[in-house]
Amino acid sequence: MVNAPRKPKLPPQRSGTVRSSGAFNSGAGGGSRGGRDWYDIGSMGPPLEKGAIVDGFLLEKRLHQGGMASMWRVSRVDAEGQPAPVADEPPLIMKVPRIKGGEDPATIVGYEVEQMIMPALTGQHVPRYVARGDFTRQPFIVMEHIAGDTLRPRLAEAPLALDEVAEIGIRVATALHDLHRQHVVHLDIKPSNIMFRPDGAAVLVDYGLSRHEHLPDLLEEEFSLPMGTGPYMSPEQVQFIRNDPRSDLFALGVMLYHFTTGERPFGAPTSVRGLRKRLWIDPVPPRALRPDCPPWLQEVILKCLEVQPDKRYQTAAQLALDLQQPDQIVLTRRAERMVRSSQWTRLKRWFFALGAEPQESAPSATEVLNRSSIIMAAVDVDNASPELLDQLRETVRRIVLTEPGARLACVSVMRIARIGTDALTDHTGKSLHVKQLVSLKHWARPISKSLNLEDGRLTFHVLEAPDPADALVDFARRNQADHIVMGARGNSLLRRYLGSVSSTVVAESLCTVTVVRASAPTETEAGAKPPAPDTPNDFAPS
Amino acid sequence: MVGETHDAQMTKIAVVTDLHANKEAVEAVFAHARAQGATEWAFLGDFVGYGADPAWVVDQVREMVEAGAAAVCGNHDEAAVIGSTPQMRTEARLVIDWTRAQLDPGQLDFLAALPFQVQREDRLYVHANAYAPSQWEYVQGRADAVRSIHATTAHYTFCGHVHEPALYHLGATGKAGDFKPTPEVPIPLPGYRQWLVIPGSAGQPRDGNPAACYAMFEPAAQRITYHRVPYDHESAAAKIRAAGLPERLAARLAEGI
Repeated sequence: MVNAPRKPKLPPQRSGTVRSSGAFNSGAGGGSRGGRDWYDIGSMGPPLEKGAIVDGFLLEKRLHQGGMASMWRVSRVDAEGQPAPVADEPPLIMKVPRIKGGEDPATIVGYEVEQMIMPALTGQHVPRYVARGDFTRQPFIVMEHIAGDTLRPRLAEAPLALDEVAEIGIRVATALHDLHRQHVVHLDIKPSNIMFRPDGAAVLVDYGLSRHEHLPDLLEEEFSLPMGTGPYMSPEQVQFIRNDPRSDLFALGVMLYHFTTGERPFGAPTSVRGLRKRLWIDPVPPRALRPDCPPWLQEVILKCLEVQPDKRYQTAAQLALDLQQPDQIVLTRRAERMVRSSQWTRLKRWFFALGAEPQESAPSATEVLNRSSIIMAAVDVDNASPELLDQLRETVRRIVLTEPGARLACVSVMRIARIGTDALTDHTGKSLHVKQLVSLKHWARPISKSLNLEDGRLTFHVLEAPDPADALVDFARRNQADHIVMGARGNSLLRRYLGSVSSTVVAESLCTVTVVRASAPTETEAGAKPPAPDTPNDFAPS
Repeated sequence: MVGETHDAQMTKIAVVTDLHANKEAVEAVFAHARAQGATEWAFLGDFVGYGADPAWVVDQVREMVEAGAAAVCGNHDEAAVIGSTPQMRTEARLVIDWTRAQLDPGQLDFLAALPFQVQREDRLYVHANAYAPSQWEYVQGRADAVRSIHATTAHYTFCGHVHEPALYHLGATGKAGDFKPTPEVPIPLPGYRQWLVIPGSAGQPRDGNPAACYAMFEPAAQRITYHRVPYDHESAAAKIRAAGLPERLAARLAEGI
């Protein structure tokens, strides 16, 4: 055992600043302290062997030995060493940090951070946390074992098929949004930290560099060099900002660029100087490297790689929404670019980046998510009364008005038979789908005009489904909508036969639902009489 | 964990500080902590001063200390015992003299007998700081926190005196950090780092939020949760006014300043 680990004295800003080189470096400074033994690190004993039992976990097989940690497949055993599985528990893996003689602040603090953040996470996009070890005896984290490989080996196969690139983007963005909703910014998104469940859901692993908005950031003061993995680090991470969820979207953009073109957009710098170049040098447009890259994909990738977080997608959900409807993506000059910016532009950017201090405080995950919600207007363009359509539009307009960062997805459902084929073209031969889309756009026109919804903030979707309520709930879930606004079916006769769509959506959606009614032209005093047969009263038992 | 009983696993320590004779706030905090399952209590001083119910608060705390709660002396408690001095500002002198007059000899004896610090296992309870517990210097930033942490071997220091909630930590690598806690979010406090917890004042919050502060520490889980408990500050303020104490002491409760 070693008392009072000392900070290694490193020359400031030496090369190999970043984690990709195996371990991240500490900055200089920090005093050593003598005479205490409470933070002696317990891993200086003999290395762990197969068959060892640690705090009730049997080490079955070493799956991986990395620079930072080793991974063991483990199972629970009782005091006699007999198998003692816990019901409903997934296969387990134990992550054991490799701590070199107590003089390795990078590993120690990274492990502390992961141990702090993992228990706070839930859901299918993170490995389930099971147990942690006492640092003074044997540090470890036991978690769910996600089978299969990470995305890392796929880099060797890049460029990948375009639809696969988009699919990876959708899945990772969906997982990231779920993480950001839990107040955590990952800050080390890269292929080797991404795995997939059998159902295709992306799982994000390794929280050693992450930041939880509501927990102390142990890394904040620890290191005087930027933290992250060189090729993937966002410009603001280079400038020591550690709480902006949009940093993860930059890293995802780097991944998508690499999978699309087979090349890294910013190379693999190992010095701070090299890292800072991304503040003013933009990457070669993907279409210049891969001619069949569609403009919409270039638009998405370059938007993720914007230097200013405000110019990127504001949330991962908004990115996932775009990737799921490429034909709805509004193409800007980004999509057309075939060469990097001119020397002169770069020089200007370099000049401004020179003295650029990072923003005083970046917006937190909660703030960014709150101001960048996805609002879904469910519009029954064919059947709703004109009064209800007007009222719905006015309600949606007010909501969008109060949320300048929000995106509006206008959705209409085209009912199709469960069995057999429908006539999907009417007698004029015009696609009913297109017709409905035209009506939907017409409905939304006053909103887009009065609010100046530019830059892809407004999208239209016609869903073909036998059950409108199911289709709406499913669309909201897939696109991680924050708020559904819809009309109540006004005609009680229809409702009686068809059931209430809005009450089903209210009951089954995971997000907020606002149900809009047209103001009823009743002449009776309120409450004096039961509602007239045609009074909207969507929730009445039928 | 080896050697720990089921009870130890369930231990929840409610840490309450700077109660300042505010009966309404203290009642609300006690009710909240009991509902949260508090099994132990620790009081970090300043039971009296500012508020209108010093005798009631002292009686409550004395009863709980007799039942095993930890309690330390604060500067206001010391002043109530010693009495005012001519060097004090008029307002302070007024409050101390009034407070002293409200307390019977038994209550004053209880305050006079309070220690400046109490250590239980790896937890240190102190009013102001660990380096000079009777000198009343505030822990106002990282440097002060590090100085206090260096003065103790305890993993966890709990202190009051500063009315705004805060959390400081010192890692094995010698780097300190500070954090403004989010109420109601459990924060892991791993024992291989030293921590200094300031729960914030129960009886006179000053961070712009009038709700009473306290913190709940779970030793087995190595976890702390900062709580904010709304209480009837209007009644507390009305009593301060009725007692003829300075208006400023009544008015600030509504704003939490």
